[in-house]
Amino acid sequence: MQKIGVFVCWCGSNIAATVDVKAVVDAVSHEPGVVYATDYQYMCSEGGQSQIRQAIKDFGLTGIVVCSCSPRMHESTFRKTAISAGLNPYMVEIANIREQCSWIHKDREDATEKAIILARTAVAKLNLNRPLTPGESPVVKRALVIGGGIAGIQSALDIAEAGYEVDIVEKSPTIGGKMAQLDKTFPTLDCAACILTPKMVDAASNENINLYTYSEVEDVSGFVGNFTVKIRKKARSINADICSGCGVCTEKCPSRKAKDEFNMGLSNRGAIYIPFAQAIPNVPVIDREQCIKFKTGKCGLCEMNCPAGAIDFKQQDELVERQYGAIIVATGFKPISLENFDEFSYSQCPDVITSLELERIMNAAGPTKGKLLRPSDNTPPRTMVFVQCVGSRDTSGCGKTYCSKICCMYTAKHAMLIKEKYPDIDVHVFYIDVRTPGKNFDEFYRRAVEEYGVNYIKGMVGKVAERNGKLLVQGSDLLADDQIIIEADMVVLATAIEPDESARNLATMLTASIDTNDFFTEAHPKLRPVESPTAGVYLSGVCQGPKDIPETVAQASAAAAKVIGLLAKDKLRSNPCVASSNEMLCNGCSTCENVCPYGAISYVSKEIRSAGKMEVRRVAEVNEAICQGCGACTVVCPSGAMDLKGFTNKQIMAEVDAICR
Amino acid sequence: MYTAEREMTENVLRISNVNTRKCMKCGKCSGACPAFDKMDIHPHQFVSMVEKGDIEGLMNSKTLWSCLSCFACVERCPRNVEPAKLIEAVRLSVIRKQGENRLKADDIPVLLDDELPQQAIVSAFRKFSK
Amino acid sequence: MIFSYYPGCTLKTKAKELDEYARKSAKVLGITLEELPDWQCCGAVYPLAQDEIATRLSSVRALVSAKDVDRDLVTLCSACHHVIKRVNHDMETNEDIRTKVNNYLELDEDYRGETNVVHYLELLRDVIGFDELRKKVINPLKGKKIGAYYGCLLLRPSKTMEFDNPENPTIMEDFIRAIGGDPVIYPYRNECCGGYIALNKKELTQERCNSIVASAIEKDADMLITACPLCMYNLDINSTEQKLPVYYFTELLAEALGVK
Ligand SMILES: Cc1cc2nc3c(=O)[nH]c(=O)nc-3n(C[C@H](O)[C@H](O)[C@H](O)COP(=O)(O)OP(=O)(O)OC[C@H]3O[C@@H](n4cnc5c(N)ncnc54)[C@H](O)[C@@H]3O)c2cc1C
Ligand code: SF4
Ligand code: SF4
Ligand code: SF4
Ligand code: SF4
Repeated sequence: MQKIGVFVCWCGSNIAATVDVKAVVDAVSHEPGVVYATDYQYMCSEGGQSQIRQAIKDFGLTGIVVCSCSPRMHESTFRKTAISAGLNPYMVEIANIREQCSWIHKDREDATEKAIILARTAVAKLNLNRPLTPGESPVVKRALVIGGGIAGIQSALDIAEAGYEVDIVEKSPTIGGKMAQLDKTFPTLDCAACILTPKMVDAASNENINLYTYSEVEDVSGFVGNFTVKIRKKARSINADICSGCGVCTEKCPSRKAKDEFNMGLSNRGAIYIPFAQAIPNVPVIDREQCIKFKTGKCGLCEMNCPAGAIDFKQQDELVERQYGAIIVATGFKPISLENFDEFSYSQCPDVITSLELERIMNAAGPTKGKLLRPSDNTPPRTMVFVQCVGSRDTSGCGKTYCSKICCMYTAKHAMLIKEKYPDIDVHVFYIDVRTPGKNFDEFYRRAVEEYGVNYIKGMVGKVAERNGKLLVQGSDLLADDQIIIEADMVVLATAIEPDESARNLATMLTASIDTNDFFTEAHPKLRPVESPTAGVYLSGVCQGPKDIPETVAQASAAAAKVIGLLAKDKLRSNPCVASSNEMLCNGCSTCENVCPYGAISYVSKEIRSAGKMEVRRVAEVNEAICQGCGACTVVCPSGAMDLKGFTNKQIMAEVDAICR
Repeated sequence: MYTAEREMTENVLRISNVNTRKCMKCGKCSGACPAFDKMDIHPHQFVSMVEKGDIEGLMNSKTLWSCLSCFACVERCPRNVEPAKLIEAVRLSVIRKQGENRLKADDIPVLLDDELPQQAIVSAFRKFSK
Repeated sequence: MIFSYYPGCTLKTKAKELDEYARKSAKVLGITLEELPDWQCCGAVYPLAQDEIATRLSSVRALVSAKDVDRDLVTLCSACHHVIKRVNHDMETNEDIRTKVNNYLELDEDYRGETNVVHYLELLRDVIGFDELRKKVINPLKGKKIGAYYGCLLLRPSKTMEFDNPENPTIMEDFIRAIGGDPVIYPYRNECCGGYIALNKKELTQERCNSIVASAIEKDADMLITACPLCMYNLDINSTEQKLPVYYFTELLAEALGVK
């Protein structure tokens, strides 16, 4: 027989205002096993906890029930209290009489009645509790970062700096991500390459960092501290070990039709190419769909000209399998397709471009060598119009419902940079709202207006039409209550951003969750912003939600700190509330194995005494290090052999009985 | 809001089936509207005035007789507000009253020419009379 | 293949050619258009108000009549197509309207938007196919630079009309290519011609039509085609600055097929 103490918390007035706590104490003190019951203003305070400790000692309690807030909030607090008084932490039960009772009820009588039921349910369960001891599992001291943009690079650098090994898996031929495509960056206007490429070089030269570029994650299994990941290294068709990066091959390649992704399709590249001059690794890749040799069997000019003999047309994809203690997702974003926004004539007029295309046009290494020229006829523009919120804040089904967060700032940046370089160009910006919270951000936007004379127009563009080589931008000027038409030479659309298209698939592999927009979801929006709800999986950068570089880097370092904290441990305590099978009842039917999402169940042959005879039977065995305690097996087992420690079938039934009593 | 005003507003909201609160005042409707110059109250303002409950003001507006029902505002609104439906609802609130028809059978002969298709007359009648 | 056919009033009077050439062409293309018995005027404008029931009835009657013979309903005039398609959508998705209409009509079986409403151009694109059409052309309209004028009613609101990309449509351009002409793409091809406002604000219609015609001329069009009698009228009569000949698309179709 247990000796149970019940502690009813007022939570100030949070509980006590709606629940008659004295009545709860009164009612539970008559429950079987209860030898002590009391109430207190704040059970979680030091005063409350010392009362619990004292009672455990004075009454020799074997278990306690705390009637308070959600176990999410303070279960771990009270478990620690129990430990310090010499009680097994799994002999603590929480009855949630706040979130599930006082906060949602108005009527005091009803709420009190429900609180009593919740309390006696916890007592009924606790009567059947047994002390449990968590197992331990080792931690593989290596981290995986998926995505090699600024987010992934920063996380990897921080982890490597702490002395742990990190692998970066990047699907494109080089690390760097979108930031490598940017010209200058707000709010300080330093050149993106100048601040990014040193970090890329650091990542490549750090001996703790291992780069898998042109590679993708194909499978993930295991659990926190011990993930097994299959990585596909796609065939570059180059022997990277001997390639010197001279680039002769890229000059000789006669295939010139492929759109250069790095320049957003504004220029062409060869079938064999290095994405950009500072690419890491500085090794070309053959785009097999474009390569004449792969298409027709003839050509091979690159091979003939390569001084190192590094071209390898027969190279195959390679699969590697590695173990990791933690995984960081840093898969970033892409601008949305504008097919639902043809009123802006993006698909019809080459001089209507996206902001990312403008970054390339403004960049000295871009398609126009940094000269601002119209794509249609390579002439300098005299009037430019920017349109903000294209595809963002759109609930019509054509775009994204959220604010893309970065476009107000980069549009101000674009406008300012253009005015700085070409003061004679008229620059107009259509905006719905200008959203520039952030350190020195609003000042930045105001500078565009006040110092550079950028014309901000409150209103949205309704249509862009081409006439005689000019773009007629028709929109509303809400403050002037007018509909205006601006004859522009170029129109720049601040296009909404969305997560990389691989997010959904990756989330499934990682059993991490994503929201309706495919952004990875954090474990808690305020208190655990860089962790995914799946233990050991962390989030970094725009894959979690729109953000600029400063925020991305901050989050990347935060995720790294979490990973370092994990890798610093030699062993992880595992949850003792795992499944176990009763070998006397198990008939070896394999039903549980088929349903276990973590692959924790296997079968062994055991000699078992049954009805006085010894016989060999096939019975289920649970690997406690892998079992996550989801309980799926306990539900499907036809012979009732599977049970979950801490949540046994008997305990659950006792709870149900207590509720229905 | 006075009861009469509230009743009128509710009626407009009901027969148009538009939720004016979805409007984020971006002005794209007014940026798209081909009849903008012929209106005194522009599409986005029309939405706001219904939201505020100023149906009286709208009933006297030129906008009712200028909207082309071209659905440019409906097509391009990023919040799916459908301003044209509000204009229709207020227009109906006017012409459903006795003696408020804008187009009378007697007006037609002077407007006719040899080429004018029936469709034009039928549509105009449907839009401007009850 | 047999389709139910809803011509509409204007096609019986001012826009006889639109109808006549459509029928002749259909015959050559192996399509039988069976005019619905005793159809009534669709009302020319879609009743935007939720509580307008009477003005929806003629469309529903036409839809039911097609359902009774289990055929898709082909329309031709943009306005009729717009009205009937949208009323059909109401009957399918708007519980309130559906109930009221059905209560009024007292049919043997409630109508719930079962009929498929197909515009003649969609018939050419989706049933016959432009490639097939091209094979049947005997007088290709070589060298003719033709601007397609879409207007509003076929395209918008696109979520209901589901006709084509509302801001950058291609169906009429593909049609022009199929009959051997050169399509001229001009940005105002989906801008409103002014429609019924021709009756009370002529100057607005004129402004609209002038900018549409100017846009087409700037892109080198020799002529415009349309599917709507009112657009035809406005573009023809109410363009006061520059002029372009305007044809019904069915007329060019009949010409290309050699049945004009
Ligand atoms: C036009 C424009 C201008 C901008 N200007 C500024 C500015 O001036 N200042 C500023 O602070 N911010 C600016 N930003 C924002 C900035 O680009 C982002 O904050 C930053 O790039 C986010 O970095 P990231 O690493 O999260 O994502 P990304 O840069 O998108 O990197 C993600 C990386 O992951 C890789 N990847 C994706 N999926 C997988 C997968 N499944 N497996 C392996 N690899 C994968 C991608 O190839 C990519 O390399 C701008 C953005 C745009 C669009
Ligand atoms: S073999 Fe392929 S990659 Fe090499 S030069 Fe020829 S086309 Fe270019
Ligand atoms: S950041 Fe600015 S431009 Fe971008 S979606 Fe938000 S409000 Fe619009
Ligand atoms: S376009 Fe829509 S959201 Fe924008 S002002 Fe008009 S009605 Fe409101
Ligand atoms: S439907 Fe009326 S209000 Fe809307 S854009 Fe057309 S003319 Fe303007």
